[in-house]
Amino acid sequence: MAEFFHRKLERSAIGFVLAIIGVSAIGGFVEIAPLFTIHETVETAPEMRVYTPLETAGRNIYIREGCYACHSQMIRTLRDEVERYGPYSLAVESKYDHPMLWGSKRTGPDLARLGGKYSDAWHVAHLINPREVVPQSVMPKYGWLMRNELRTEDLGQHLAALRVVGVPYTDAMIANASADAYGQANPDSPYASGVSERYGEATTMRAFDGQPGRLTEMDAVVAYLQVLGRLTDAAHRLPASTAR
Amino acid sequence: MVAGLTVAERQSAITISALVALCGLVMAIAGHDDLMGVHGVIILLCGLGGVFLVLSKYFEPEPSDERLAHYYDDPTKVGIVLALAWGVVGMFFGVWVAALLAWPDLTFDAAWASFGRIRPVHTSGVIFGFGGNALIATSFHVLQRTTRARLPDQFSPWFVLLGYNLFCVIAASGYLMGLTQSKEYAEPEWYADIWLVVVWVVYFLIYIRTLQRRKEPHIYVANWYYMAFILVVAVLHIVNNLAVPVSFGHAKSYSLFSGVQDAMTQWWYGHNAVAFFLTSGFLGMMYYYLPKRADRPIFSYRLSIISFWGITFMYMWAGSHHLHYTALPQWVQTLGMTFSVVLLVPSWASAGNALATLNGAWHKVRDDATLRFMMVAAVFYGLSTFEGSFMAIRAVNSLSHYTDWTVGHVHAGALGWVAMITFGSLYALVPWMWKVDQIYSPKLVEVHFWLALSGTVIYVFSMWNSGIIQGLMWRTYNSSGTLAFSFIDSVVAMHPYYIARTVGGLLFLLGAIVASYNVGMTIRTARARTAPQATGADQPALPGAGPALQPGE
Repeated sequence: MAEFFHRKLERSAIGFVLAIIGVSAIGGFVEIAPLFTIHETVETAPEMRVYTPLETAGRNIYIREGCYACHSQMIRTLRDEVERYGPYSLAVESKYDHPMLWGSKRTGPDLARLGGKYSDAWHVAHLINPREVVPQSVMPKYGWLMRNELRTEDLGQHLAALRVVGVPYTDAMIANASADAYGQANPDSPYASGVSERYGEATTMRAFDGQPGRLTEMDAVVAYLQVLGRLTDAAHRLPASTAR
Repeated sequence: MVAGLTVAERQSAITISALVALCGLVMAIAGHDDLMGVHGVIILLCGLGGVFLVLSKYFEPEPSDERLAHYYDDPTKVGIVLALAWGVVGMFFGVWVAALLAWPDLTFDAAWASFGRIRPVHTSGVIFGFGGNALIATSFHVLQRTTRARLPDQFSPWFVLLGYNLFCVIAASGYLMGLTQSKEYAEPEWYADIWLVVVWVVYFLIYIRTLQRRKEPHIYVANWYYMAFILVVAVLHIVNNLAVPVSFGHAKSYSLFSGVQDAMTQWWYGHNAVAFFLTSGFLGMMYYYLPKRADRPIFSYRLSIISFWGITFMYMWAGSHHLHYTALPQWVQTLGMTFSVVLLVPSWASAGNALATLNGAWHKVRDDATLRFMMVAAVFYGLSTFEGSFMAIRAVNSLSHYTDWTVGHVHAGALGWVAMITFGSLYALVPWMWKVDQIYSPKLVEVHFWLALSGTVIYVFSMWNSGIIQGLMWRTYNSSGTLAFSFIDSVVAMHPYYIARTVGGLLFLLGAIVASYNVGMTIRTARARTAPQATGADQPALPGAGPALQPGE
């Protein structure tokens, strides 16, 4: 009977097309659709803040240079990972990550809890020449980050696009994006006050690349690296952060 | 190329090329202060190139109606050449990125040559450039033979082939400039994605139109697989690439999905790109060229049916095995693991079917390196699908994930299965396409076979070693209950394996260069032989005229 049915099916091109689409659609639908509706998928962390324009720019550079190919941002619920990197990653922590950067390979260590672990100066030296600070490192040098001025004039448009896909940026954040990017890396400038006003007092504001007055791609990348794992402390508040 | 088109087809070729050029112009203007402008200029030049190419031959006589008595193979021929060219380029970048992990300063302080930028050139160059062109070329060939129908027209295959290569050029040049959306194996930005959808729809239409004109009552197995490849890749591509561009003048876009939903969507795409791009399409190749070359019917038709529907149904569940122990809900991980394990049944059904087809033809496998390529491909297909199911088990995955083991597994599939079946199929196809008795040098096919096999074995063994060592070092505790190794200890331990991997990749690249030379020489000898006959088409070809015939002719 089944064989008879298939003999009929393989005589119909359209029938075959529909059968392929139908059969292949089931699995993805069952697994993906509920993730958007089941509220347990993503925990709530009401105090979680969004990326500042400077951090967004840094994240875009991180993506541009393909850092995700070697560094994951997802600590698994395994004892050794929690001991090595910190509390395991929660879904809420990448809620504003369009796209996510969980990664699939650790040629270098996981970066999900990198923020605050090293000084800005360490990051700058490491990005210019990783072997200056870690002699055995196989990471490439990113010297041009220090040489390139950061492009800020279109950051408002970036934030607006992010709002379309669901990140809660306010009109004020979008309108002041370029100024906020400059202000975050130049705390002595008149633009600085708006940053803490819009993104919270805890927002780090300093000359990340060590050169006040000049806004480089290095500023943006280091600002981004220093905020990894620090948008919310929800993961640290869990009882025992060991393997589930 | 152009001479084979009718005047109406030449006109549509000019119109479409002009439209492409216009799109390029609009992009160049809209994105003048963004890297998108560079892509606009590239697209503009490609469109203009198309217009001039057709115009230069526009007034040549139309092809005679006699063409309709033959299959239309010109796009297949160009596709074969493009596949080999991308293969060499993609594998060259592969050797380079491999070398960067052993000698990280091989980037010369140039942003474009940095690991993160040339790695996607390698992955996309090999998967989409080499694999994609081979799939398009062979699918056009197989489609016509198994339906006994000519392609529906002569322009749309060119649109698909050249349009697809324009996509590949945009993708690769974009990575070098830093244009990427960071979704692995789906890195090109929004406008490249939209263009690929247009190309892909035309590809599907060619397929369905030819199938409907078929003179065979049944649709042959290979076409099921090619159809599944075209259809499901379209669905995966569209859903995973849903994004909002910053503006129409910006190359940058933001994915519609975030965090855990994005991770699931990405690996649903990522794993099914393995299923429907790197497996289904190449199984289509295998189901035609292997029985053809072995001169034996498929071992079991029923097994083909089980295998086909099994793969089509089960693969789509398996993507979540990339996310074990992550923030993805546990039930989704478990579903992914379960289906990954069950997936072994249809996978081995195909591999077994292929090997059993060789029963009674094993002496040919011994003598014919082309058939041996296909046989080894089927073996590697079986091995790497077993390994894949094994690695999807949560406990195994806790060790293998994030390590080089995954890289080794991928390359067992990519080098051992995808590239081997492709080379085997191309070696079978090239003499048919250029109408010669055999390839220029069967000896060089033999050389290529051993280069490819030894390269694959060295590569896979070094990555197994490094991956398992890496995984074990990360989780080793010393007697006082603290982690025994720092992360950098594991990096240092990888060094010899990274060198071995580079050597393995280099051998494989050398094999691809040998293949390109062999195919190139086949084309040259075929041309040299047919050229004098073509000029004196109305005269009987005199024996002894033109270059000396090959032995055996």
